[in-house]
Amino acid sequence: MLNKYPAWKNILILIVVILGFLYSLPNLYPDDPALQISHELTELSQGDMPVITSALEAAEVNFFGEEIDTESIRIRLNNLDDQLRAKTAIEDALGESYIVALNLAPTTPGWLQAIGAGKMNLGLDLQGGVHFLMEVDMDAAIIRRMEDNLSNVRTILREQRIRSRGLNLISNSHLEVRFANAEDRSQARSELVTIFPELQMQSREAEGVFILDMRMTPATALQIQTDTLQANRTTLLNRVDTLGVSEPTVQQQGSDRIVVELPGMQDPAQAIRILQRIATLEIHLESELGAPSLSYETYDYEGIPVNVDNNVVLQGDSISNAVYQLDQNSQPSVVLSLDAQGGNQMNRATRDNVGRRMDILLIETKSRTITSINEGGEEIEDIEFYEEKELIMHATIQQALGRQFSITGLTPREASDLAPLIRSGSLAAPMTIVEQSVIGPSMGQENLDQGLLGVQVAAGLVVLFMMFYYRAFGMAANAALIMNILMIVAVMSSIIPATLTLPGIVGIVLTVGMAVDANVLIFTRIREELGVGAPPQQAIDAGYNRAFTTIIDANLTTFLVAAVLYTIGTGPVRGFAITLMIGIITSMFTAIVGTRAIVNLIYGGKSGKTLSIGSYRKIAKQDDLNIAAGK
Amino acid sequence: MLLPEKQIDFMGARKIAGVASAILVIVSILSLAFNSLEFGLDFTSGTSVRLSYSEAVVIEDVNQTLRDNGYESAVVVTFGSDRDIRILLPVDETVAVGEQAAQAVIVGESIDEMLQNSSGSEITLLGSDYVSAKVGGELVESGGIGMLVALAIIMVYISMRFQFKFSVGAVVALAHDLIITLGIFSLFRIEFNLNTLAALLAIIGYSLNDTIVVSDRIRENFRRLRKGTPLEMVNISLNQTLSRTLITSLTTLLVLFSILFIGGESTQGFAVALIIGVVIGTYSSIYIASNVILYMNVTREDLMLPVKEGAELDDTP
Repeated sequence: MLNKYPAWKNILILIVVILGFLYSLPNLYPDDPALQISHELTELSQGDMPVITSALEAAEVNFFGEEIDTESIRIRLNNLDDQLRAKTAIEDALGESYIVALNLAPTTPGWLQAIGAGKMNLGLDLQGGVHFLMEVDMDAAIIRRMEDNLSNVRTILREQRIRSRGLNLISNSHLEVRFANAEDRSQARSELVTIFPELQMQSREAEGVFILDMRMTPATALQIQTDTLQANRTTLLNRVDTLGVSEPTVQQQGSDRIVVELPGMQDPAQAIRILQRIATLEIHLESELGAPSLSYETYDYEGIPVNVDNNVVLQGDSISNAVYQLDQNSQPSVVLSLDAQGGNQMNRATRDNVGRRMDILLIETKSRTITSINEGGEEIEDIEFYEEKELIMHATIQQALGRQFSITGLTPREASDLAPLIRSGSLAAPMTIVEQSVIGPSMGQENLDQGLLGVQVAAGLVVLFMMFYYRAFGMAANAALIMNILMIVAVMSSIIPATLTLPGIVGIVLTVGMAVDANVLIFTRIREELGVGAPPQQAIDAGYNRAFTTIIDANLTTFLVAAVLYTIGTGPVRGFAITLMIGIITSMFTAIVGTRAIVNLIYGGKSGKTLSIGSYRKIAKQDDLNIAAGK
Repeated sequence: MLLPEKQIDFMGARKIAGVASAILVIVSILSLAFNSLEFGLDFTSGTSVRLSYSEAVVIEDVNQTLRDNGYESAVVVTFGSDRDIRILLPVDETVAVGEQAAQAVIVGESIDEMLQNSSGSEITLLGSDYVSAKVGGELVESGGIGMLVALAIIMVYISMRFQFKFSVGAVVALAHDLIITLGIFSLFRIEFNLNTLAALLAIIGYSLNDTIVVSDRIRENFRRLRKGTPLEMVNISLNQTLSRTLITSLTTLLVLFSILFIGGESTQGFAVALIIGVVIGTYSSIYIASNVILYMNVTREDLMLPVKEGAELDDTP
């Protein structure tokens, strides 16, 4: 029957509307101010919560809703004032090695959480927070790889008993090996060429010395850059997790930068302290007795001076995991897993050195604030970066090691400290913060309020216009419009976890403006049909059918563009593209199927003579449209 | 109400419109070539000086002071609150790259002192750094490639659904809208930042949408109407879609103006860019795409559905 939807179709639409409503509901519940407490290095202990409770009682701060797990504790406070007082009290009580971070905790009711509904993530511009731009030291990463290569070349030459006259790093991507004669060189070359496909080899002679030049190919350098950036990003993500920020962004930007955005975080100093705990690991061998003094450095290990050979056996980025475990004798140990290449390197280095000691160095890039007095006699604060090297393990190699090995002889506390430190500490290359900014929560709130007001006013104006211009049909379009906004919010809150930013809000608003376009197309068609004298029921049907192809063509093309933008774009461009794509899909559903259902409910199957769709022009005989009738 | 009583002879003015558009595009390109764009913080390297005032900052005063002291091209924005400002200065080309950071510190201190003297309020220097552009060359490059890919996909899709001539029309209209919008940005020195870039992307969507709706009608009329020259077909189609074009532009403009006046400072650039784009997009969907199609001598045969032989026989009068 014309203009009647079958019951299942109406029910389906109703279900979609209800789901849209349910999944956008969590956004109405405001967040609680909260504190997230964790330990800088290890898991929390059982005794931490009582300390916190008594500190807060002493400071007369009420708290509730504590959530405790081994990694962190979260407590909720009544207001922002209490939050700050509680932070100070807890920091004083627990001491420096704990991290107390200010953040916000959602108040979504349990039954909504149970169906997977959550709040829309707000970007920095809408809820305040800190933004960092970090630059990865790519030169360091490349030099490190070449140092690695250098020590591998040395090992291989030694194994093959090819005598060399020395190996040198000429630049960060160029390594030269000197030989006494051409035979040694060609033997070395044929040996090395298969093992180091990433190096370009060239022979030359200078002053009677036969030199083999090994240069890193540009492709390899690029690959190292990509890998390094990826590895650092992962490490940062792990670290940011300890801050307990609900929706952190850790994003690659350009070829050597990472953007870290911590919405809701209000304490940049705290964040810097965590992010700047930039640590890398290096595995070395202990220097042999009588080795030249330039070939090692001396470190302190539990009060004993240890000479560590300068050759790096393995870089921290080869360590894929570190787990705290009790070994078969119930002794605490840390089990390290290496990637395949790391495993080979480790095996090669250890099988000839059983009985020798292996050393693990932890290298931390730290920052400190230095205060100096300028010419004007004022104090200036500056941030300075420095490296701190610490020998964290000095143990005897019991057998040739492979991809997995354990560090034993540790106290339980040491072992449990070491595992997370190695896990989070293995940054592939050092990083520095090149830009930081803090957006205050009030500024964010203001942006959000103004943005939302903009949406409301805009939607209000459009609703009024549609009602005035298209009457009952306009009201159907308005219902679809509201349904559309609900669905966009629902999709962005729960299905595709997109972060809402100011451009995103504008994107939604724009969808509001453009979503009515589909209805305008349909309604003008219906009016045209009525104009040429079609009966109301047929006019409705023809209007929807004729406009359908146009709507599909127009929306599909725009969707294609949005998809391309999403693939190539970064940051804001992506955010906008995703809002646009979601908007196109939901608006097509609400504008075509949604309004049709309402129109069908009002007019379907009735034999009324008029439609409440506003005024339309009767087509006169001499009009061009008559050509359409073929007369 | 919005439906005209008489048919408007849009295409009668096609030559004038073509010339007007050509002039606008040429002026825009010239302006872009000689005047460039006023790139915002997101796109340029430079020195960023962050200052914190003890009371609300009057940006105009800061601008004035900077200008009086030889920092003509400084850009001042608030960040975080109305007391904190960030001043972005272009790169001093005479300083070596390695020394930019040191130079930034010196510049920061001198600006701090200068503003302190002129405003009389307490100002703390939060920091001054050398900042390199957020949006690196590679984004511009990949963005450029992306645009080409997007255009290619649009052309293929429209060629498939309509006909090659229509795809040329749509792409020319798109380029027309983008170039003129950018040209207006360049002519009136409106800051171009990542938000405006997003607006530009929205204009692509909008302009395309409009063009497709009109093309769709043209295709339909070519297939349905037996009589009439291509010019007449286009005119009829434009008249039929006119009320829809105007209403959609009106609702979109309603939305954009409410954002412009209510949505707060941060979205104003976005709204301005889109308002310009929507106005030009509305014009181009009437005059540019159809004009190109006519210019390429579109014929009824171009749009005939591939028909089966039997069906063709039935159709013969």
